[in-house]
Amino acid sequence: MARRTFDPDQASFTLVMGALTIAAITLLLAPTLVVVIVSFTDSFSLRFPPPGYSFKWYVALLDAWQLHFAAWNSFVVALWTTVISVVLGVAASLAIARSPTLTARILDSLFMSPLVLPALAFGLAALMLFSLVGLPISPLTLIIGHTVVCVPYVVRTTVAALAQLDTVLLESSASLGASRLYTFRRITLPLIRPGIIAGAFLAFMASFDNVPVSLFLRDARTDMLPIRMWQDLEGKLDVTIAAVSGVMIFLTILALVVMERMAGLSRRLR
Amino acid sequence: MRSAPVTAYDLKLALPLAGFFALFFVAPLLILILVSFYTDTSLTQFGLAQYARFLLDPFSLSVLVSTLWLGVKVTLLCLLLGFPLAWTFVRSPRLAQGVLMLIIVLPLLTSVVVRTFAWIVILGRQGIVNNLLLSLGLADTPLRLLYTDGGVVVALAQVQMPLMVLPLITALSRIDPNLRDASSALGAGAWRSFVKVILPLTLPGIMAGCLLTFAAAITAFITQSLVGGGQMLFMPMYLYQQSSTLSNWPFAAAISIIFLVAVLGAVTLFNLLGRLSRGYAQG
Repeated sequence: MARRTFDPDQASFTLVMGALTIAAITLLLAPTLVVVIVSFTDSFSLRFPPPGYSFKWYVALLDAWQLHFAAWNSFVVALWTTVISVVLGVAASLAIARSPTLTARILDSLFMSPLVLPALAFGLAALMLFSLVGLPISPLTLIIGHTVVCVPYVVRTTVAALAQLDTVLLESSASLGASRLYTFRRITLPLIRPGIIAGAFLAFMASFDNVPVSLFLRDARTDMLPIRMWQDLEGKLDVTIAAVSGVMIFLTILALVVMERMAGLSRRLR
Repeated sequence: MRSAPVTAYDLKLALPLAGFFALFFVAPLLILILVSFYTDTSLTQFGLAQYARFLLDPFSLSVLVSTLWLGVKVTLLCLLLGFPLAWTFVRSPRLAQGVLMLIIVLPLLTSVVVRTFAWIVILGRQGIVNNLLLSLGLADTPLRLLYTDGGVVVALAQVQMPLMVLPLITALSRIDPNLRDASSALGAGAWRSFVKVILPLTLPGIMAGCLLTFAAAITAFITQSLVGGGQMLFMPMYLYQQSSTLSNWPFAAAISIIFLVAVLGAVTLFNLLGRLSRGYAQG
């Protein structure tokens, strides 16, 4: 076999691309690894690398009732937000996904716009609305606010799933005498289910992690986990937060792997 | 009337969500606009005083400019590192792609507070960077890395990188591999093929990635405030301070509207560039 001649042009290109890729992977991965390692420290500071290792901050977590309370609130709000987002979002997706009308296109842009608009400005605006109509701050106002910023995830993945649906299947089902409802239940729904599941998962995560909207629409009775953690970090650098972060990272990786299997999540994010 | 084809659904199914958005998204934004036109905090006098106060105040303008500039820096860093990563991804075997995708997607789904907390640990006085610099003898005392501009840019770049990489992967995997072979057969080297063939063809993906990264970076309240600290003020924190601590709703509303317009302007610009580049990419 002929020896490949050294090509400085190709070599420098490969070198630069390789080096930048390694830098990118390091940047993406390092923070997660650092948090997980530091959460097992046995000291009272966030020194890295830790002087010794222990489970004591995870044990301390068992007594952190404020964090339990905030985590439970976040979970309940995220669950309701997801349910409402899926019901409203899937119905709207069915209506706009295959419709070529201008109305459908405008609605599509409207439903997607919370993704790019500053959520903090929306949070303030929602607070103004609720105080104008005299609706007091409660879990309900939180769920309403969260639904506005989380429903785009459901609409996006469901519309994409519907767009990939082969219409021949629906036509054959109809020509074999199936009713529209039956076709929906037995053909459409099973085919778009992974898209809906992926959207529901993203909506849940977005709600659970939301700060800008919660900041305006919650009070002491409805403390939310990310806000509790943020306020703890502003005040003191507590190692308990590292243990909370460790738990959240573990649960996120677990959910990610399950979702990849169930719904091919990463394909639907593009 | 003939019944509708089985493949299409009635537009009425969008009504519940449209109604929900009219009530809880459009109406609040209209109220926000209305409130921004009051000159006093007790909402009695109409006028443009809040906008004049922002646009004629060098401090407020500097907050706006530094926020947009921050977005530009983060977007460029994400592009510089994200493009090679996407490039490597599409050329990797299947198994490696699975691992890489997990690495890319994980930050996107990890809580923003957790990700930001990680940067506090990394950049802190006892953090990994300072320990490395001290042990290598590159610094005598721990450097102040937290609460600096560079710290905010790097932390935001990590937080927003997936938003850049995912559209780039889509764009790069659509390129016909024969084009690169053709380019090199015609005598173009690796760099020349990259600049003349690959880069123009991925421009729509680049614009989509830049749009998402920029919009996310300038609105990233948590990362900006925790890594930037009290000295650096960006638009989201400015808005929050005025509305929450000072209860100055009209001014906070005006800040929101100016910020919204700035974001919409950027979105429109990127969309326009994306459309132009799509025309270019398809010949």
